[in-house]
Amino acid sequence: MIAAPEAATWKWKAKENFKTFLNPFHPLKNCFSEGFFISTGQAYSNQNAYFCRSKEREFMRKDFSGRKYFIFTIVILLGVIFIIRLFYLQVVDKSYMLSAESNVLRKITKYPARGLIYDRNGELLVYNETAYDVMVVPRRTQEFDTLELASLLGIEKELVINRLKKAKSYSWFKPSVFLPQISKQTYAYFEEKLYKFPGFYVQTRSLRNYPHPVAGHSLGYVGEVNARHLKKDPYYQQGDYIGVNGIENIYEKDLRGKKGVELVMVDVLNREKGTYKGGRYDTSAIKGKDIYVTLDLALQSYGEKLMQNKIGSIVALEPATGEILALVSSPGYDPNLLVGRVRGKNYTKLSRDSLKPLFNRALMAQYPPGSAFKPVNALIGLQAGVVTRNTHFGCNGVTSWPIKCSHNHKSPLNLPEAIEQSCNPYFWKTFDRIISSPSYAGSAEGFIDWRKHVASMGFGKKFRTDLSNERPGSIPKAEYYDHYYKRGHWNSMTIRSLAIGQGEILVTPLQLANFSAIVANRGFYYPPHLIDSVAGQQEAVEAFTEKINTTIAPENFEPVADGMRRVYDADHGTARWYDVDSLQMSGKTGTVQNPHGDDHSIFIAFAPKDNPQIALAVVVENSGFGSKWAVPIATLMMEKYLTGKISRKWVEDRMLEGDLINNKEEEKDE
Amino acid sequence: MNNRYSVFSNIDWLTIALYFIIMLFGWVNIYSAVFDEAHQSMFDISQRYGKQMLWIGAALVLAFFIMLIDSKIFENFSFLMYILILILLIAVLMGGKEIAGSKSWFQIGGIAIQPAEFAKFATALALAKYLTQPGVAVRKFKYLLRAAIIVGLPAVLILLQNDTGSMLVFSAFALVLYREGMPAWILVFALVVGIIFLTTLMFGKWMVISFLSAILLLTFYFIRKQKKMIAVVVFFFALSAGLSYGVDYAFENVLEPHQQTRINVLLGKEIDNRGAGYNVHQSKIAIGSGGLLGKGFLEGTQTKFNFVPEQSTDFIFCTVGEEWGFAGSSALIILYVMLFIRLVFLAERQRSHFSRIYGYGVLSVMFFHFAINIGMTIGLVPVIGIPLPFFSYGGSSLWSFTILLFIFLKFDAERKQVFI
Repeated sequence: MIAAPEAATWKWKAKENFKTFLNPFHPLKNCFSEGFFISTGQAYSNQNAYFCRSKEREFMRKDFSGRKYFIFTIVILLGVIFIIRLFYLQVVDKSYMLSAESNVLRKITKYPARGLIYDRNGELLVYNETAYDVMVVPRRTQEFDTLELASLLGIEKELVINRLKKAKSYSWFKPSVFLPQISKQTYAYFEEKLYKFPGFYVQTRSLRNYPHPVAGHSLGYVGEVNARHLKKDPYYQQGDYIGVNGIENIYEKDLRGKKGVELVMVDVLNREKGTYKGGRYDTSAIKGKDIYVTLDLALQSYGEKLMQNKIGSIVALEPATGEILALVSSPGYDPNLLVGRVRGKNYTKLSRDSLKPLFNRALMAQYPPGSAFKPVNALIGLQAGVVTRNTHFGCNGVTSWPIKCSHNHKSPLNLPEAIEQSCNPYFWKTFDRIISSPSYAGSAEGFIDWRKHVASMGFGKKFRTDLSNERPGSIPKAEYYDHYYKRGHWNSMTIRSLAIGQGEILVTPLQLANFSAIVANRGFYYPPHLIDSVAGQQEAVEAFTEKINTTIAPENFEPVADGMRRVYDADHGTARWYDVDSLQMSGKTGTVQNPHGDDHSIFIAFAPKDNPQIALAVVVENSGFGSKWAVPIATLMMEKYLTGKISRKWVEDRMLEGDLINNKEEEKDE
Repeated sequence: MNNRYSVFSNIDWLTIALYFIIMLFGWVNIYSAVFDEAHQSMFDISQRYGKQMLWIGAALVLAFFIMLIDSKIFENFSFLMYILILILLIAVLMGGKEIAGSKSWFQIGGIAIQPAEFAKFATALALAKYLTQPGVAVRKFKYLLRAAIIVGLPAVLILLQNDTGSMLVFSAFALVLYREGMPAWILVFALVVGIIFLTTLMFGKWMVISFLSAILLLTFYFIRKQKKMIAVVVFFFALSAGLSYGVDYAFENVLEPHQQTRINVLLGKEIDNRGAGYNVHQSKIAIGSGGLLGKGFLEGTQTKFNFVPEQSTDFIFCTVGEEWGFAGSSALIILYVMLFIRLVFLAERQRSHFSRIYGYGVLSVMFFHFAINIGMTIGLVPVIGIPLPFFSYGGSSLWSFTILLFIFLKFDAERKQVFI
């Protein structure tokens, strides 16, 4: 046994020992290492033999108790290292807190109900309906009674097996729709038994629903957001819905409301474990604003009914405000077709239809206006002072030159009579006087002035209000003719077609209706728009209350308005068969030459003549002469709107029964 | 009677107080780690916290009985106990139960017992006994080798059970041997080997070998006149380069892929927060998110919602870090450091070499557990599944540490009687 340590010397010994060990040149190195490795007994050959031996004896007595300080140091050092590391992890580096939060927190988006859409009278046009989809996550399912599930959902057992197989082939882990849109009753019943079917659950979704299958083009539809929407507006997330077209698109920000967020905590298996901090950071969803549109549901429905089986459009406005009362494009579609799961399929079907039901003819179809344009030239002539109410021009009927007249009427006619009988030579002569007026340096200058008047009446450009897919139409510019004929080498004769609304001019039914409203207003218009009001705010409506004056003085409208009234009530008026005396209807027919088939029938009208309540334009494609289809439809619309009833049932019946689509197809087919 | 009085009056109550505080704090944290709304009572023995309460009770009874036993028994029967444990370790290899990939459990009734846990104190006793044999001096290579064999035998048997964590604990006895005179150069050598090991794993063998070559050339320049030294330097260079090469070879060909990944993740060569790095990543999140004062008792989301695996056993420190924050976790570390320093102090005041060596054995084993367990939860050492002494859930480990500690406290209480 080694003796107890000598307290005074152990420090020195430890130090010596250490120094000796570390220094390879230490004088005692040799004897030290010998004593160290080779036990003892070997004679020391060097001169320090005695010293070495005594050193070794001392060494053998060493108790190494100094090494406890090294051990103390290790223990304390590790403790300090751990505390420093913890200080770094817990106090300095904040990223772990975020990581812990992202581990445990899940954001659950609360979707607000989309705003509803009403018509001008508060009739509901669009509302939300809750749809219940039965979902399944195949991995979470267990053995279950397929027969019981089938009878609960009211489907065949085979369907249950097939749908489950289909879901599995899609994904074992992701939820897929097992049975879409079950009824509320089935849902209530199924939910009680849901515990028997792990892996199944019911997901509620909000779908748009249309109590009346009308105005699809104006209302637009709602669809899932795409990559472009996501990039443009951070509000949206994958899978959100957005208004794609029409009112749904234009008033998206009002209708969508504001999404809410709920923070829940989840465990490592993604199971919900309650709210985070008692819901302190949760926000509730704010319901979308309701929207009132200017459409009149009754008039809109009636217009669509009248236009069934015809190709064309109706635009009806309230002249005093520019509010659109009806916007019909035929053939149209039931907006319910573009809702939910069936939308994709139906959209493809509609877009492949040869009659283009998705094409909103009221805003997008562009036609030469034909005779309906004659009042425009009359107004410009009056404004330019080249004609007056009593200016008479002669007409040689079919032998008239350069434009023949197809109507057989007395000659000469004054201005209202010329409008009544749609006399081509009268308007040629008026047009010639405008363009060739000696007050201009040349025909081009006359034309430029004419074009300025036409443009002031809303032609050749978009109104840019709240209508989707509006087309501008077109009025040729002087440069257009310069390009073909060179400036100075063309005159009124060159562009004579414009006198009777043919040639290079294109207008949309909306622009025609607006022109009708201008005449009704005697010189001004409000841009046609669909918004009546947004619940709880005024701005949307005020945006379109800017009155736009045309370049034509109000008094110049009287002869034209008189002429348009004569279209209904004079002996030779082109709409004389449909006049209802008390309603003071006024209008102008037009026939658009169509190189591809039968001519298009056009009619613009307003009523009553003084203090007009409604102005409209009707276009019926391939229907021949204007008065056959367009006039009665416009007349019925005005009567319906002004009186709420139809006095001549036979006119209505004939329009409803008229079928301009299938008859033709039958001819083609057989 | 007289004898018993002297035991309880001489016992080191400070160590027992530290032992008790750590154990109770551990119990509270086990309660928080496995907290279940349905079983809110801390004494519900269907839950781990209830069971841990039973283990604590049993450990205290065990401690009490150890204090009553004549301490001579431990000294006299130390070799016998050691051999018995070796037999058990061989037996468990043949007839043991495999739990989590380690064949190291005896199933007796409803209780699983791990002989490896008890091998620690048996080895500590046997080592102390051997080193106090007349003429044995660890500074001599022959005796050092024999001491190493005493430590190595159970370690190898435990490694065969595929329980790498427990095997590594036996390396802690190097500290005992150092204290008893093992040449320091072995530790320095181990340090150099460790550095070469780590740098080879981190930068590859060619980087290390070229760095060593640069040092070699520099050394040549300074000692160019001492021919003998040149030979020595070249020898060490060859040894280091060979080691680096060998480490690289061993890493590629001996270690299993999951062990390779663990080491790579730790060294930052691989980031795999979902796979091998998941435990440590979640553990660091738990501890790091605790902040200065913690989220509060039962408020740790990482803990409560099971993001950290093994959170009542090997990763129990996460719960401390998350719910008690920097304040709580550094307080726990200070408690352990105090316990270890106290143990060094107690070991040094022993007049009997046997009890001093055993005391250092106790310290070394517990210090190794502490260093590895907390080091792994804060991402400083690789994931080695060994429990935190007195703190982690589990009867075997609590009892084995209690036996380990209280045998030493018994020696300490009787230190004055040694020469009587």
